[in-house]
Amino acid sequence: MVSPALPPDSSDKPLVGVLALQGDYAAHAAMMARCGAATAEVRASRDLQGLDALVLPGGESTAMLRLMDEALWQGLHSKISAGLPVLATCAGTILLADCVINPAQRSLKLLHVTVERNGFGRQRDSFITTQLDWSGIVTASTAQGLPLQNQEGVFIRAPRIVSHAPSVKVLARWRGEPVLVQEGTIVAATFHPELSHGPSPLHRWFLGQLRTGEDAVEQVAMGAKLCSDSIHASGN
Amino acid sequence: MSQHTAESFRLKVGLAEMLKGGVIMDVVTPDQAKIAEDAGAVAVMALERVPADIRKAGGVARMASIDIIDSIMQAVSIPVMAKVRIGHFAEGQILEQLGVDFIDESEVLTPADEQFHIDKHAFRIPFVCGARDLGEALRRIGEGAAMIRTKGEAGSGNIVEAVRHMRRVVSEIRNLTTLEPEQLMTAAKDLKAPLELVREVRSLGKLPVPNFAAGGIASPADAALMMQLGAESVFVGSGIFKSEDPAARARAIVEATTHYQDPEILVRVSRGLKAAMPGLEISSIPAESRLQERGW
Repeated sequence: MVSPALPPDSSDKPLVGVLALQGDYAAHAAMMARCGAATAEVRASRDLQGLDALVLPGGESTAMLRLMDEALWQGLHSKISAGLPVLATCAGTILLADCVINPAQRSLKLLHVTVERNGFGRQRDSFITTQLDWSGIVTASTAQGLPLQNQEGVFIRAPRIVSHAPSVKVLARWRGEPVLVQEGTIVAATFHPELSHGPSPLHRWFLGQLRTGEDAVEQVAMGAKLCSDSIHASGN
Repeated sequence: MSQHTAESFRLKVGLAEMLKGGVIMDVVTPDQAKIAEDAGAVAVMALERVPADIRKAGGVARMASIDIIDSIMQAVSIPVMAKVRIGHFAEGQILEQLGVDFIDESEVLTPADEQFHIDKHAFRIPFVCGARDLGEALRRIGEGAAMIRTKGEAGSGNIVEAVRHMRRVVSEIRNLTTLEPEQLMTAAKDLKAPLELVREVRSLGKLPVPNFAAGGIASPADAALMMQLGAESVFVGSGIFKSEDPAARARAIVEATTHYQDPEILVRVSRGLKAAMPGLEISSIPAESRLQERGW
């Protein structure tokens, strides 16, 4: 189970909320704790108070949508729009997407990508790779001093990012396709760093970004301006 | 375990992790599968008959027809599970080829082998198996099961056996954590379980794979009870589509599974539900008809 939020004076650990409606939220919380964060479970809009960052975990996005009441939906939308840093994996990425296909479903439209659910196939097509292509971010990762390149990719009934807006930076690819992207304060993967062996370089990198205070609220606003259905026409 | 097997096992357990905090529902038609998905099920179990009807029909219960499973796979975007008979690896091979996402080697069907369960490491897709105690759970994990569920008493609408099995597994795990290293071989012998897994459970304080509840869950309160007893998700078999209002009950059980610690929400979701499935007193079920006795 996730440890309760630490009182603010007990440490300078960032407090990371993990959306805990359904899915592998406990794995994310354990990984965040292992990488030096305090964690709290988020099941209602009131749980969004006082967070330094948020995780949208893997699981079934249809189930998460059903379990989310309007207050939590609006709360997530306003907090993330206002620049709350987010790490999203798999179903979490689907929740954030501008557009979801196979089939179409409701989404927060805060990450300007089109996502195809189960785009990599069913469970028999699931795979683990150590061959992610990080050429998009070599400079950024070495500047952080954290070997993101060691991050393995655990893909489970994974969605595919079939198109993205220019405001979306591709951090990693697999066989040419984007599997890890960043837009403003959102970092979104189609794989599962929380299921890594050992501490996840991506979780560490994400927490490292919080500490360096790279505030990208302006980038989010810029992304929102760029967003329009026409950008994603190729994905439909 | 070879590196390939270990990697494959991580992927299997990974899918089980994704199903945590959710509800897996038995369905027999594509329409029921859609109702389950719309209600927020994390997966559906494609069957020809729900356990309550298998119990009534008697005779030999086998893997569901390919056509039924296929049509359900076409109908929904969530993972699809299907059952095979205990020990019937050929049924497993067929389901794997068909592309189902998870296989339940289940006591609900008539066992095909009274001596051996399936070598689940030989498959690419994950298996879930039932267990009544820790030893049984670890034997199945030793064979490659990526998820354990209580057996309960399927099709009974009576939660008492699932409670018994979950409590037993949880208390046996707790006992293991109190042992000294030199006591573990004897514990493994008593549990009839692999020593390596006994060691792992002692250090983790939990099963090395997700531990779900199944067998007799019929209400939101049943789901909340099992989650509070340590289940990480619940299977609902006959409890939804044998009730008077399947869609509403399915939604209520989904919410109860997420908010199992919040009585206010449990009251809200339980309000206005029509009658649950009729239940069976376990003592009224003849011993030879108790499904939980199948497998070892």
